[in-house]
Amino acid sequence: MGTNGLRFRFRIPGLPKDFDPRLAAALTASKLTGEASRRLGRGGGTSAPGLVAERIDPNILNKLAARLGAGAIVVAGTNGKTTTSRMIADILTGAGYEVVHNRTGANLVRGVTVALADRTSPLGTPKGTIAVIEADEAAFPEIVRRTQPRLILLNNLFRDQLDRYGELDTIARTWKAAFRDLSDASTIVVNADDPTLSFITEGLAAKRVTFGLNETTHRLDALPHAADAATCKICGADLKYHALYVSHLGDWYCPNGDSARPPLDVAGGEIALHGVESLAMTVSPATGEPVRIEIAVPGIYNAYNTLAAYAVTAQAGVLPARIVQTLAAFRSAFGRIERVPYKGRTLTIALVKNPVGFNEVLRMLTAETGGLSVPTLIAINDLDADGRDVSWLWDVDFELLADGEGQLSTTGIRGNDMANRLKYAGVPADRITPLPDDLEPALDAFVASVPAGADAYILPTYTAMLGLRKILADRGAVESFWEQ
Amino acid sequence: MSTQTSSSTPTTGQTLKIGWLYGTKMNIYGDRGNVLALAQRARWRGIEPEVVEIGLGEEIPDDIDIFFFGGGQDQEQIAVSRDLQGEKGERLKQAIEDGAAMLSICGGYQLLGHEYRPHDAEPLPGIGLFDITSTAGPERFIGNVVIDSEDWGTLVGFENHSGLTFLGEQASPMGKVAVGRGNNGKDGTEGTRYKNALGCYLHGALLPKNPALADWLIEAGLTRRYGSATLAPIDNALEEQARQTAIGRAHKTH
Repeated sequence: MGTNGLRFRFRIPGLPKDFDPRLAAALTASKLTGEASRRLGRGGGTSAPGLVAERIDPNILNKLAARLGAGAIVVAGTNGKTTTSRMIADILTGAGYEVVHNRTGANLVRGVTVALADRTSPLGTPKGTIAVIEADEAAFPEIVRRTQPRLILLNNLFRDQLDRYGELDTIARTWKAAFRDLSDASTIVVNADDPTLSFITEGLAAKRVTFGLNETTHRLDALPHAADAATCKICGADLKYHALYVSHLGDWYCPNGDSARPPLDVAGGEIALHGVESLAMTVSPATGEPVRIEIAVPGIYNAYNTLAAYAVTAQAGVLPARIVQTLAAFRSAFGRIERVPYKGRTLTIALVKNPVGFNEVLRMLTAETGGLSVPTLIAINDLDADGRDVSWLWDVDFELLADGEGQLSTTGIRGNDMANRLKYAGVPADRITPLPDDLEPALDAFVASVPAGADAYILPTYTAMLGLRKILADRGAVESFWEQ
Repeated sequence: MSTQTSSSTPTTGQTLKIGWLYGTKMNIYGDRGNVLALAQRARWRGIEPEVVEIGLGEEIPDDIDIFFFGGGQDQEQIAVSRDLQGEKGERLKQAIEDGAAMLSICGGYQLLGHEYRPHDAEPLPGIGLFDITSTAGPERFIGNVVIDSEDWGTLVGFENHSGLTFLGEQASPMGKVAVGRGNNGKDGTEGTRYKNALGCYLHGALLPKNPALADWLIEAGLTRRYGSATLAPIDNALEEQARQTAIGRAHKTH
């Protein structure tokens, strides 16, 4: 790491008191690079300006974070971090903060740097008062070290893209190491239903706030195939559950009595699910009145996201009534789940990126009828951002789709793997339609197969989602993503 | 796991017993797909599959026709290595001597050799079914793999391992690496075979995309149970498409 070699011995009139010439140079270069990149038509790109800024001032992220009056909130977890950080940013904005947020999902160190740099004047004065930073799992320890966050949210840790992130144990170890350096000025808001996250947040200098579900209706009968069975960190026994909600998340305990889910500071429950559209839930803080939240995001997994956003923003001091009010108006993050009217059909597009996320989407789509009733297009790519290894498709419970009348079409670079997966899941051959790998002809053929006026689902991996959205944006059906 | 049988499939009255070693512990990289492929391809031919999970501390039943042994995380490998020492490992070896079929992948493959030597910990003893030794390597081999084999033709899968496996004098490989790194990235070999037992680094899941290999295992398993076996042909159109896509990706991504 370089040191700041330039020192101003005297003040130049008109410059801010904390003027830092190296930082100013880095900020200016980042802005110029970003502008050039946009002019060249590479909209949405953040890595080139971040690289340039870091070359000039390797400590730029540390400095920018330290300049924020109300500090940084870092959001991490395998699933739901984009949705949750967006909820948090909206709530804080509603509460009067000037929020800086890496909203387009640029969640590596450079993307975060650019998001903060973009909202800082060339002289180094921040335009925001608080940052909400969505962090990639691998980049999270580095982002924590550099930003020394006031609040950290840990959502969940699931198996995801083993070719990129490595095994879960490894991620948990690097996270735990990053927490050791935090002081009691930081608070970790943790999903206590995740045993691993509970274990790695014990006994730290940082404060801990726990959240989790106490839900009686929406439970799983058994650990899904995709779940990584958690073990007691004291005795190594396989953990058991009083109640299981999503993957390995639930009210867990060690059968030998050596560990158990810690008491909840914020508990969610009484969840009502409304198809692919919305949910309602009651959130009960350990002290204070319970509140009922209604929000236009679907599925149990979004109940967790909602609960997490509540826990973090309440900890930041936002009043419950304000949180409820903002969440009632919440609009889902781009591509996560959105409804697109197109050629007289209603397309519901839901991002699928790992086994647990895919399982939860399938659970949502089949909850009411017990099988799949709506025509569905599954688009699987194997580029870096999707995971180059498609073996994860075999951990998803596509067996849920074997019942029902809904036609299943496949596309994407690995659409053929998907079609084959459906066959082995017991979906009858006459319900499987492999469409071309190319997204555009596949989308056209799929839409043509859906009766006018009917609903259809599209389940793409990340880059397939970008591709499909671009096609729909070029045709005027959705906004392009950097306009959002 | 789906248990439905197509009503049009006539039943043969035959059964196939699949033993899934440490299914809950050693199941990363979609290993479940391999068990599913064995079960479904039997079922589609009117043969009733039964899948038995054999966990830590559980005995190996003596009528298993096909074993499957997948990969796990480091902590889990240690527990499994310990569990296989002594009686249990001996029973597993005896079953293979008696003609049972087996597919082992990654961690499972390594633990069937003499030992696995990690970077900074005690060596993990294997059971010595295969004449192989594995050590932790300096880099991770990640990517699509294509293997040319004499017994099963072209095989395609995905590898993700830092362990390097070296074949002893008694061991023969499953095939030669056409694309990817294979056993150790040096000698061009991938996997090993002893009798009807196979070990390799190919996941993907492997069997649904390599139906010839899946059927070979089923045939070996049925032969053990019934003395002989002839598998009825079934439609492999989707398998073949998935296979060709994967082979194409392997060539393109290296």
